[in-house]
Amino acid sequence: MAMNKIRGAFAVPRKGETFELRAGLVSQYAYERKESIQKTIMAMTLGKDVSALFPDVLKNIATADLEQKKLVYLYLMNYAKSHPDLCILAVNTFVQDSEDPNPLIRALAIRTMGCIRVEKMVDYMEEPLRKTLRDESPYVRKTAAICVAKLFDLNSSLCLENGFLEMLQEMIGDPNPMVVANSVTALSEIHHTAPETNALQVTPNTLRKMLMALNECTEWGRVTILSTLAEYRAADIKESEHICERVSPQFQHVNASVVLAAVKVVFLHMKYVGPELAKTYLKKMAPPLVTLVSSAPEVQYVALRNIDLLLQKQPDILNKELRVFFCKYNDPPYVKFQKLEIMVRIANDKNVDQLLAELKEYAMEVDMDFVRRAVKAIGQVAIKIESASEKCVNTLLDLINLKVNYVVQEAIVVIRDIFRKYPGYEGIIPTLCQCIDELDEPNARAALIWIVGEYAEKISNAGDILGGFVDGFNEEFSQTQLQILTAVVKLFLKRPEKAQGLVQRVLQAATAENDNPDVRDRAYIYWRLLSNTSDQDATKSIVLSDKPPIVTTISSLPPALLERLLQELSTLSSVYHKPPEQFVGQGRFGADAVQQAAIEEQLQNARENPLAAAAAAAVSGTTPPAQAQNNVENLLDIDFDGGAPASAHKNESGGMSGLGGLAGTPVRVQSPAVGAPAPAPAGSNNLDDLLGVFGDSGPSQPSSSGANGSGAAGDLMNGFSGLDLSGSTSPANSNQPKKTNEDILSLF
Amino acid sequence: MLSGILIFNQKGENLIFRAFRSDCRPRLADIFRIQVISNPQVRSPILTLGSTTFSHVKHENIYLVAVTKSNANAALVFEFLYRLILLGKSYFTKFDEEAVKNNFVLIYELLDEILDFGYPQNTETDTLKMYITTEGVKSAIANSPTDSSRITMQATGALSWRRSDIKYRKNEAFVDVIEDVNLLMSATGTVLRADVNGQIVMRAYLSGTPECKFGLNDRLLLDTSDTSGASKSRGGGGTSGAGKTTRAAAGSVTLEDCQFHQCVKLGRFDADRIISFVPPDGEFELMRYRATENVNLPFKVHPIVREIGTTKVEYSVAIKANYSAKLFATNVVIRIPTPLNTAKTTERTSQGRAKYEPEQNNIVWKIPRFSGQAEFVLNAEATLTSMTHQKAWSRPPLSLSFSLLMFTSSGLLVRYLKVFEKGNYSSVKWVRYMTRAGSYEIR
Repeated sequence: MAMNKIRGAFAVPRKGETFELRAGLVSQYAYERKESIQKTIMAMTLGKDVSALFPDVLKNIATADLEQKKLVYLYLMNYAKSHPDLCILAVNTFVQDSEDPNPLIRALAIRTMGCIRVEKMVDYMEEPLRKTLRDESPYVRKTAAICVAKLFDLNSSLCLENGFLEMLQEMIGDPNPMVVANSVTALSEIHHTAPETNALQVTPNTLRKMLMALNECTEWGRVTILSTLAEYRAADIKESEHICERVSPQFQHVNASVVLAAVKVVFLHMKYVGPELAKTYLKKMAPPLVTLVSSAPEVQYVALRNIDLLLQKQPDILNKELRVFFCKYNDPPYVKFQKLEIMVRIANDKNVDQLLAELKEYAMEVDMDFVRRAVKAIGQVAIKIESASEKCVNTLLDLINLKVNYVVQEAIVVIRDIFRKYPGYEGIIPTLCQCIDELDEPNARAALIWIVGEYAEKISNAGDILGGFVDGFNEEFSQTQLQILTAVVKLFLKRPEKAQGLVQRVLQAATAENDNPDVRDRAYIYWRLLSNTSDQDATKSIVLSDKPPIVTTISSLPPALLERLLQELSTLSSVYHKPPEQFVGQGRFGADAVQQAAIEEQLQNARENPLAAAAAAAVSGTTPPAQAQNNVENLLDIDFDGGAPASAHKNESGGMSGLGGLAGTPVRVQSPAVGAPAPAPAGSNNLDDLLGVFGDSGPSQPSSSGANGSGAAGDLMNGFSGLDLSGSTSPANSNQPKKTNEDILSLF
Repeated sequence: MLSGILIFNQKGENLIFRAFRSDCRPRLADIFRIQVISNPQVRSPILTLGSTTFSHVKHENIYLVAVTKSNANAALVFEFLYRLILLGKSYFTKFDEEAVKNNFVLIYELLDEILDFGYPQNTETDTLKMYITTEGVKSAIANSPTDSSRITMQATGALSWRRSDIKYRKNEAFVDVIEDVNLLMSATGTVLRADVNGQIVMRAYLSGTPECKFGLNDRLLLDTSDTSGASKSRGGGGTSGAGKTTRAAAGSVTLEDCQFHQCVKLGRFDADRIISFVPPDGEFELMRYRATENVNLPFKVHPIVREIGTTKVEYSVAIKANYSAKLFATNVVIRIPTPLNTAKTTERTSQGRAKYEPEQNNIVWKIPRFSGQAEFVLNAEATLTSMTHQKAWSRPPLSLSFSLLMFTSSGLLVRYLKVFEKGNYSSVKWVRYMTRAGSYEIR
């Protein structure tokens, strides 16, 4: 019985699609065979497993019909792995085809051979490849050049032994530009996967050859050559000048990727030429960059991200082109956000009026995310350009008067930053205080409270306002609580007679009834300070000290990272503004990497919602299970990303590993312009610093929140590493907050 | 580079799956479907998951997706996807789900040809059409070795865009200067942004290997006639400012930037601003340019929009033609956005017809023929239904579309087109100008 069953499972099915296809494939009529091959390919695309037909498809390989040959080859490439033994049967045809009088067929044979990734095939490839590399037809030669890269990928030692690399290096001198381009492509690929081979060495001779080919080969070939030139360090100034001169005509190319590649070459080599000449090139590259902004939205997006980088290095190359970056009504959001950032970057005192009018227009649109960014941009402009600050403030007041809830909230946050830089705008405080009831976001509430505390001596009803907040102290988010605490203390120091009771109440609430160690810590500090009777002024000079001035609120990359990214212009890395190793994983992840990934994801979440995360981290001291579960869930989620589809397909795709494989790595990199609502400045800063990615825009945050914020983030980090390893909180971790508590207390 | 190209329909069915490298596994199709197609919150064209990056473009009703594994050249990936769309359009006129399903064999064949190991190869439509065709005819050509070696010569040669054996009885060249005017005007009538994206399309029916020289009234081109070419390329930027206004008055145009078809010798243009080229056969886009100074706006629009309470919106839109009375624009269409909850509208116009299109939320006012200097007015009223929750109306801008012959907004003119060929034949050249609306919007 059992035997029968097993035999049944292995027998060829008598009916169904596979059966019909098989019948067609072995039909005596040529057209029926061809049709069946087409159907087989169709089924393959739909994800059906038609590898069982391998021998039957293979029978059709020897044909004069080129189209049919291509289809069979396509099938072979897909299923060669599942039938490595049978592939040998095809070898003969390949070898024959590689000597066909028709160059198209020769090229097709060598191209396909390289794509059949079976060890046994490699042995037979050597001879045809050697021949085709020296073929009389450039079409075959250029195909063979790429095939060397394929062979290297498959079996590098064989490739080296047979001297294919040397042959390729010779081919850079080929008279045909496309052969040159493809040889460079292949060599550069080999060079990048195995730097020790030193495959692509640019000598004065090869440099000359490449520059010659640059003007004649296809656009894609140009990109390759240009990328190689960008990586090359010129021997002397003369050579740099020469490269710039030869490359700059490519700015006029119609293909955006050629333009960007040319910009990259000139930008990198420009450093070595004289300042005068460099200036000319900067001027020359501005119009092509602007033209990129009118291309298709996706290309535009890449271009805008790159322009952002270039502007950070050379802030004034585009300062006359503000209008080009005005958002169109139907621009996709990712393009709009990026345009906003660039407009702020190129704002100066000449174009600021125009920009403000435009930003105000955006702030009245309906897309909430966009509106918030527009309001934020107004604040950034105010802080960047002192002479425009008054106009900016007036614009913000106009917007507040529209009484649109989210506009008001964002505007208040922005105005807080403006007060940090220009304390003189106190006249607008009454208007701000009127909106107090509309604010429901912790960030906006905190901002307003900070303003009230800062100007406590000038706001007659400051006590009443803060009193209202103190009443609901325990319902507030911790971020707001911290600000209430600080503001009340400031009020007390400035006008002790009014706030005596208030201070008592708030300190009581913060120390006795609050669970958040940060809030408690800060309250204890204030308590100690206030009960210090020996030197009243000491308290004042601590709490009411001068804050370090804000220089800018526009985020910019740290110089080292910027330098690094400029080398990567037009690549994904330049789109993400991150060095490649941060998002290009190695496929499979070890335990360390999974943990690292989980931490990063948590931090990503934390960045999007700093408060909740901080709260969660803080809470973890007292209620570990919730946090632990949270983490475990997250880990499950991560597995889900790659794992769920993997398991679904496991049977079909044979030897593939379940989780590991391609999408296994769980880090999700989001395009920067598309993140969730703008993160709160203080929270995100600390987290960013931790990651060491974005550098600091530190001065933008009120100094008072600095210390505790980073503390929270540190806890976060600890919490996660502990949790991710074991799935439950380690005791050391839960002790941490308490310990810091004691430390601080013992200080006094 | 590229690990694979995938094409999906809107439902997320995988129509084409072509892997170029072993790291592009079938499972990726599912991941893209789950993460992008069925995820309404995706707002970026690039998504990186682990080590895999999906870059996608939407065209008609299909998604074209490129899978990459390394720190790939993002600009190249998108340019390539758009080139693929262009190829698809020229092969099947419309590149949509239907076309992909009906021609999947051809598409696989194309992909095999234009990408090798994930590196883009020759993507010139004309060359590809020589040996990859929708009919089975090509087998006949490609099978004879002499023909195919000719094809491969062209596919890789320095003149990869032109066959050498073209013959015409009558040698003609048509030049179309087509300009798209982009305008963004504020509600008060100030021009926020006005520029021109122009393209010069040429249809060349010329025998042999003709060398063409092409001249425009570009200010820089004219400048070179009095200064020497060498000094030009170095210090050109500095001196140009002074001459700007006078030149414009003298009838020359400042082109902000130009881009050329790959047949144009860029080195030559850079050195002495001469546009010289060997044209491909038939129609091609010779150059694109951008101009931002002295843009002549063909139409002036004055909209007055009043929201009366929450139930009614009143419109009064006046439009005036700003070009010579001898010319006339055709197919002038003005789209006037209405709130989403519009119940009915009434319109009166002094010319043309206006109609409310509920599915677009627009009042569409069409004027088939609009002669120069004329001025027309539309008065309309939209009655709104009350809504349960009041949502703010985003007030999209008014938009205009039109086409106007023998007029260029930038003032660009073709000064000459010379053809040099060994055969020394005479050729006939035709020039036509047209201005269209790009994004012509009034807030």
